[in-house]
Amino acid sequence: MAVENPPTEEASLPLLKTEEVLLNLGPQHPSTHGVLKVIVTLEGEKVIKSEPVLGFLHRGVEKIAEQITYNQFIPHTDRLDYICAMYNNFAYVRAVEKLLDITVPWRAEYLRTIVAEVQRIIGHLFWLGTQALDIGAMTVFFFTFRDREVLLDLFVDLCGARLTTSWYRVGGVERDFTDKIIDDLYRFIDSFPEKIAEYDALLIRNRIWLARTKDIAVISGEDAIAYGLTGPTLRGSGVDYDLRKVSPYGAYGHVEWTVPLGTKGDTYDRYWIRMEEMKESSKIIRQCLDQLPKGPYKAYLPKFVAPDKERVFTDMESMIYQFKLYSGGFNAPEGDIYCGTEAHKGELGFYIVSQGGGKPYRMKIRAPSFVHMGAFDHMAKGYMIADIITIFGTYDIVMGECDR
Amino acid sequence: MRKAKPFKVPRGMKNGADHPLAQKIQAEFADFYIGATLFRDDLSIHLKREGLFSICRFLKEDPALDFDYPIHISSVDFPNEAERFEVVYEFYSIRKKHQIRLKTRVPEDDCVIDSVTPLWAGANYLEREVYDMMGIRFNNHPEMKRILLPDEYDEGYPLRKNFPIQGRGWRDTFDFPH
Repeated sequence: MAVENPPTEEASLPLLKTEEVLLNLGPQHPSTHGVLKVIVTLEGEKVIKSEPVLGFLHRGVEKIAEQITYNQFIPHTDRLDYICAMYNNFAYVRAVEKLLDITVPWRAEYLRTIVAEVQRIIGHLFWLGTQALDIGAMTVFFFTFRDREVLLDLFVDLCGARLTTSWYRVGGVERDFTDKIIDDLYRFIDSFPEKIAEYDALLIRNRIWLARTKDIAVISGEDAIAYGLTGPTLRGSGVDYDLRKVSPYGAYGHVEWTVPLGTKGDTYDRYWIRMEEMKESSKIIRQCLDQLPKGPYKAYLPKFVAPDKERVFTDMESMIYQFKLYSGGFNAPEGDIYCGTEAHKGELGFYIVSQGGGKPYRMKIRAPSFVHMGAFDHMAKGYMIADIITIFGTYDIVMGECDR
Repeated sequence: MRKAKPFKVPRGMKNGADHPLAQKIQAEFADFYIGATLFRDDLSIHLKREGLFSICRFLKEDPALDFDYPIHISSVDFPNEAERFEVVYEFYSIRKKHQIRLKTRVPEDDCVIDSVTPLWAGANYLEREVYDMMGIRFNNHPEMKRILLPDEYDEGYPLRKNFPIQGRGWRDTFDFPH
């Protein structure tokens, strides 16, 4: 057999075809944290452009809000960000209280702060588990869900529900802490540092975790502000903006804690910030439990807040107030307010326009997940397609809140 | 051109014309300034829509104001008023720690306003949502299309007050057995 001449270099290489590929990611993909579609333009594995397609979970919550009374809307806020229902309740009742110009008793403020911080820990644990799962570190998920379950059991003791809690009320909270809940909370925060050490042991020197998070999805502080990013996503870029410090509400002004700030603005910084925030949250919970004042857990303002059942059954006026409140709602003054609250994803705000009467005229929900998706194209550009999943994770996105 | 009504502070609100931010805007843009209100310490400034973009650029670029963070952009429908839609902008300055709300009216037959996306990148999605829900178009917006509803949705704009809560269009043709 005749040996052929080796082919020349030019002939051996077939012409490489370079063209952009359009890829549909989602909406049914487990890593998209809900139903979200992204149309990505790829060059090889590199992302050139990405266009999120939102609205698969749109339920018209803002339209519903115009049809029902202020108190009836509280359960709807649970369904916005179903991972973090307590904080949504908190943000909503704060906005309504600002509109009505009422203050709540100190014990209620402390109870609210404690539960809000427990909710923040739950949210960050959920985020850590799913982010690690997306990247491939499956064990962290089991550890964080084990501890999250302990806190969800506390919510069951508190209000009977794990996720859709509706425990906050305009003017206070629905019911008081029992001694068991306080003991359980102390026990949890005593053991929490060990648990954080467990998560750290799994991740902090994990080479895959570091390679997948360091220098991924970097965003500068200036850009992050212009895109309206908030929460850990903003603080990861080193911008010191936390509504709990900027305009303290609840009991945040009465306890000592710090705002962790990142330096680089990459996914790793945002992970580090959430870990630090969990430690700060447990600090806040401990101080609030130590300082917990005695007194009523609900304001006595019968025109706005339903009176206690005991009063309703013994006192004619209270019964009339109760009937008026549950049949037509309270009479809100005319005006419009915006009230933002630092939920664990970012600034959750409610813009309420009232024209008097028991129902809001217009309610706009400023959902952090929706605003964060606006920066998605900017943050994903130039990274690999596998990083797209990490970027969803780093926003801690929940589509129920994004699509409303 | 329709004659503008003189500005009246609504019942229950305070006049915000003495607020330093309101005075600064009034001094710079006297032609476009209508009035200012204070309600629960929230300052709202009413503007004419022609001046919106230049006022926003002033708010962002003036070093003493430095409004760098767009909080939200939303819209309110007042079907019985001459200029039907109100577009509401809320900005915050992270360095200077102050907040402002701008309100401007758009009539129904000419539902267009200038986009502020060239100033704040985050306004892109917020303005698209306003278009999707209320049908107000934004000039110079990079991609003025629906965001939460499907692109081919043609039953109207759901947050307008005349849009029924149960929806309309194809649902009317449902043939329920009972």
